[in-house]
Amino acid sequence: MRHFKTDKPTGQKGNAIGQSFIHESAIKQVIGKAVYVDDKAEEVNSLHAYPVVSTIAHGNIVSIDTTAAFAVQGVVDIFSTKDIPGTNDIGPVFSGDILLTDELIEYHGQPILLVVATSYKAARIAARKVVIEYQTLAPMLDIKQAIKEQHWVRPPHALNRGDAKQAIDNAPHKISGDLDIGGQEHFYLEGQVSIATPTEEGGMFIQCSSQHPSEVQHLVAKVLKQPFNYVTVEMRRMGGGFGGKETQAAPWTCLAALAAFHTGKTVKIRLARSDDFKSTGKRHPFYNTYQVGFDQQGLIEGVDININGYCGYSPDLSDAIVDRALFHADNAYYYPNAHINGNRCKTNTVSHTAFRGFGGPQGMIMAEQLVDDIAYYLKKDPLEIRKLNLYKPGRDLTPYKQKVEQFILKDMIAQMEEEGDYWARKEAIAAFNKTSPIIKKGLSLTPVKFGISFTVQHLNQAGALLVIYSDGSVHVNHGGTEMGQGLNTKIAQIVAQAFSIDMAHILVNATRTDKVPNTSPTAASSGTDLNGMAALNAANTIKQRLFEFAAQHFDVSLEQMQLSDNQLVHEKGQISFAELINLAYLNRISLSTTGYYATPEIYYDREKAEGHPFFYYAYGLALSEVEIDILTGENTVTRTDILHDVGSSINPALDIGQIEGAFIQGMGWLTTEDLSWNEQGALASNAPATYKIPAIGDTPAVFNVKLYNSQNPATTVFKSKAVGEPPFMLGISVWSAIRNALASITDYQYAPSLNPPATPEAILEAVQAAQQWNKTTTQTTTKETSHA
Amino acid sequence: MIQFLVNNEMVQLTQFAPNLSILDWLRTNMGKVGSKEGCASGDCGACTVVIGDLIDGQWQYKSINACLMLVGNLHGKHLITVEALTAKANPSLEELHPVQRAMVECHGSQCGFCTPGFIMSLFALYMNYPSYPGKEAVIQALGGNLCRCTGYQPILAAAEKCFTYTHESTQNISDKDHRFSQQVKALTLSLEKDLALNSIPAIEHGEQYFYLPQNLTQLCELKATYPDAKFVAGATDLSVEFSQHLAYSEQLISVRYCPELMQFTQDETGIRIGAALPYSEFIESFCEIYPEAHELFERIGSLQIRNAGSLGGSIANASPIGDPAPLLIALDASIELQSTRGTRTIPLAEFFVDYRKTQLANDEVIVAIHVPPRLSNQQLSCHKISKRIEDDISAVCLVLSYQLTDHTMHAVKCAMGGMASTPALAHHIAEALNGKLFSLENLQAAAQKMEEDFQPLSDVRATSAYRLQVSKNLFDRIWYQSAGNMILSTSSADLNASVPAIKTRINHASL
Repeated sequence: MRHFKTDKPTGQKGNAIGQSFIHESAIKQVIGKAVYVDDKAEEVNSLHAYPVVSTIAHGNIVSIDTTAAFAVQGVVDIFSTKDIPGTNDIGPVFSGDILLTDELIEYHGQPILLVVATSYKAARIAARKVVIEYQTLAPMLDIKQAIKEQHWVRPPHALNRGDAKQAIDNAPHKISGDLDIGGQEHFYLEGQVSIATPTEEGGMFIQCSSQHPSEVQHLVAKVLKQPFNYVTVEMRRMGGGFGGKETQAAPWTCLAALAAFHTGKTVKIRLARSDDFKSTGKRHPFYNTYQVGFDQQGLIEGVDININGYCGYSPDLSDAIVDRALFHADNAYYYPNAHINGNRCKTNTVSHTAFRGFGGPQGMIMAEQLVDDIAYYLKKDPLEIRKLNLYKPGRDLTPYKQKVEQFILKDMIAQMEEEGDYWARKEAIAAFNKTSPIIKKGLSLTPVKFGISFTVQHLNQAGALLVIYSDGSVHVNHGGTEMGQGLNTKIAQIVAQAFSIDMAHILVNATRTDKVPNTSPTAASSGTDLNGMAALNAANTIKQRLFEFAAQHFDVSLEQMQLSDNQLVHEKGQISFAELINLAYLNRISLSTTGYYATPEIYYDREKAEGHPFFYYAYGLALSEVEIDILTGENTVTRTDILHDVGSSINPALDIGQIEGAFIQGMGWLTTEDLSWNEQGALASNAPATYKIPAIGDTPAVFNVKLYNSQNPATTVFKSKAVGEPPFMLGISVWSAIRNALASITDYQYAPSLNPPATPEAILEAVQAAQQWNKTTTQTTTKETSHA
Repeated sequence: MIQFLVNNEMVQLTQFAPNLSILDWLRTNMGKVGSKEGCASGDCGACTVVIGDLIDGQWQYKSINACLMLVGNLHGKHLITVEALTAKANPSLEELHPVQRAMVECHGSQCGFCTPGFIMSLFALYMNYPSYPGKEAVIQALGGNLCRCTGYQPILAAAEKCFTYTHESTQNISDKDHRFSQQVKALTLSLEKDLALNSIPAIEHGEQYFYLPQNLTQLCELKATYPDAKFVAGATDLSVEFSQHLAYSEQLISVRYCPELMQFTQDETGIRIGAALPYSEFIESFCEIYPEAHELFERIGSLQIRNAGSLGGSIANASPIGDPAPLLIALDASIELQSTRGTRTIPLAEFFVDYRKTQLANDEVIVAIHVPPRLSNQQLSCHKISKRIEDDISAVCLVLSYQLTDHTMHAVKCAMGGMASTPALAHHIAEALNGKLFSLENLQAAAQKMEEDFQPLSDVRATSAYRLQVSKNLFDRIWYQSAGNMILSTSSADLNASVPAIKTRINHASL
């Protein structure tokens, strides 16, 4: 493996790393000039496509009548399975994801036909006029039924370490619990949209909103039965992705390409918001159970955790998602003995997919539930139980046998206890709750330990293309995609740093499959880690060429040469970067190159369920204070303090932006965002009128976010750490704090189970459970007393 | 023909589809793609634009959802889009409008798709306040703009920061030396001329029409001629029919240009609210008399919705959960209906017949809502329960009105939304409270009558069980809130000084 100089620079001028540059598109965005796919000027004669989708969740198509649809003015054609020249299966990893179905219906909202018309409105209207007759079958919607029948999309996989059963049996105390965890709609503000334009080679030029342009390229080619080089995908920016455009952009793009292929015209497809809700995958709902054995102090001796993902009708990415849930069911805690099993349940819903955290949150919340439950059971403070069970030297082996090597959470917690005034606030809250009959407050500090790397090994690679024009301006392309996270800004900073030139000289724009091939999705928080290293590698290659050229040209030594503040400084003098480049050009030095990077060290042996799947871990913690109304279940977060570890930050403003946004998104997942399907398997919460992501007033009144002062011990780009996903799980502190408020009803002796999302209704139900517990316990105590 | 200003450009239109939203028109006809479509249902705010309206000789500017408001209702207005806030095509940071500059400097945009909408909501806020109006006003102004990336913290910071730059008066559209001022003057003059002609502006598209009657007589005559025509005010419900259900209307009649439907008056006979008057234009005056209604009115939709929607629209749509109806029913409001056949006034409680069915005849229009004068001993309590505090539809809305004499309740009216197919009175509960002492015990006993009054449905917003339970529990809250007030009002200095007021609401920014 190549070694890079990746330490954060200090002192010298011209340092881009560590500075809070604004997002490269910020000015364009605020003046309305940042162009999204749907904003592109339409060609004359371009067409619009819209899918016809099923109105049942399970069954078979008996007949299709398109007469009324064809009668709509502007309709050009209607395509079905038989019009697909290549494959109809667009599964990203495993087969099973169907582009158009002609017989079996497996979820409500499944695409059957594609209407093509001269306007968006005509295509939409016509799509609803297709009459389809079905033979209905009973849909599988109940996960417990699916588990019982072993109705899987992929086989189960389990982590095993020691003898969990015996450890639990032998432990002084054991408790168990379960949790029904809701899914989450991505609600990227820009819905799915693609434009396909036929090329003269019979291929396609695609502009789409996708986190994975290479996969879109490959799938379009396969659907059209063309070689990959006939398809070029361009992706400038997404209006939000969050995992919802990792695999979910592909089907719509393939459909647009199919229509463009047959009509020979440019075809745009854009899903109306409620159709985007109904026909694209979401964060997996999970149903998890746990059993834990522990000692008098609350030290965990063994756990048995069963994790069940509602995968929907097909595998999509569910195998890796449930794996990541398994890998995070320990969160930051050491389980000496563990059995953690993960089932991939097949249900008749849309196929659930990647969403920030990728199963990690649904595993991690189990660890947080069980430590809370231990604390209330032992009448101890939950933070004490958390601290007690943290990974530490000697107690450092995960259930998948990767050794934890960085132990900063202890110090981070200590810092937060002090800065967040945990103990005094805890006491004040308990006092408040004693005299407040309606409003109860709760407080919780939860940590995050999140593994960084794709668990699918081959995805941990990236490429970049770097060109320097003869005036010294630099153009960089890389395999990552910009969805708002500031990846292009960070890449520009990395290249600026490598050459020690101003940011103004560097342009990073659209991701294109003809510039950087065979890329991985911008997912798993890996964007900067992978593409930043590839870009740095490219820059270092050219830097080396420039140095060698300068050494020869000026007859100076390589050792004393450096790039600093837009200049090359050597032992005899200096030359501006622009002049150096022009000189190099005149002397026939190549000024473009590619860069490549593959993450070292990582592997996972699935047979043995062990390995080293993560290059490193990212850490963070949040302390949240909430209020709940025990008459109505209404709730709010009044204060959140976050301390998060991004290693050595490349851009603190962008990193803090990721942390704040991820926290609020995690909070939304666990509070207001309530996905529900009706008994027929149709999504009931299918629009923003019925599905509520956090609004501006939901941001905690006091919201402090700090970066923890550290460096990544792993060899990452300038010692930074990935930041996209880990802070999402800081939202768990809100859910845990609500449980803390609920526990006040029982004088902190018992916290009722609280199935997320903790809507007012879910909280009121838990309030009643707590009140019931009080009654039962009082009765029991009375009985015991009289017996005595 | 209709005419209006788009930024600095005068536009005259005669032919286009009456169902066309401002957003679709901007994006497809005008090439102004800065305003984004996030949901096309008024729930995300990505399409927010600012509309200037000539009210009593003054141009007033407010934010609305371009996906909901119809182009026909732009007549005589000044539409401002995100493209217009800077004079230059490629401005530097310093050349941006203060709200744009603040958003950039505070890192308030990530993916940027919601950003133009936030910019326009902030712009409206900036125009309407000379200095930072405080976090509460900011949250009110931005509650209808969803952002999925930032978590809002940098946007809150930007809303404060934008007021700190050196203030240039030309940044305010309403200032006389603003770069749009010539065009605004021209539109003002042109509108005055039009008014003198007394003609009905209209647009057509084949067999489809959009009429803009200028007075009530014209309105009633048009409706008599086109009984199937739909009325349109803010189109906050109607446009959702178009964009989501693809159910388009052939004929539309705007009620926004009849002065009779656009007035708020208050005298000894009570309050009279014009049916087409946007919420934001009467909430303040209404809440001077009924401050208890603040929470309910401020939680109706978002500011963009309150700037567009009207009581007439909400009532005519007869949604089972429309929040104003329970309030107005509890206050014994009546509605004034008119047609070419004459005028009639009926109690609002009797207006709703069944799910989305009313007594409104197809040639009638709702002219105004009357609320009787407030009695000195009248108590009012308003409660809205929803999953999200801001911009959400009620699972349950409960309004209790009663007169209190010697701690005894009289003339009790309890009206609820979300509990039946229409907003409705809870007769058994009212009966159980009438003539009773105002006590926790009596309130709780009355709450037990809930099932006798309502058998609510389970739906996506709540289960039947929750609706019943929370409705009952709200009677406890009513007690604690009133009891808390009583403790405060009777606390004679030292005696009760040690009694802490009981906290009855969570500390949410929007409550």
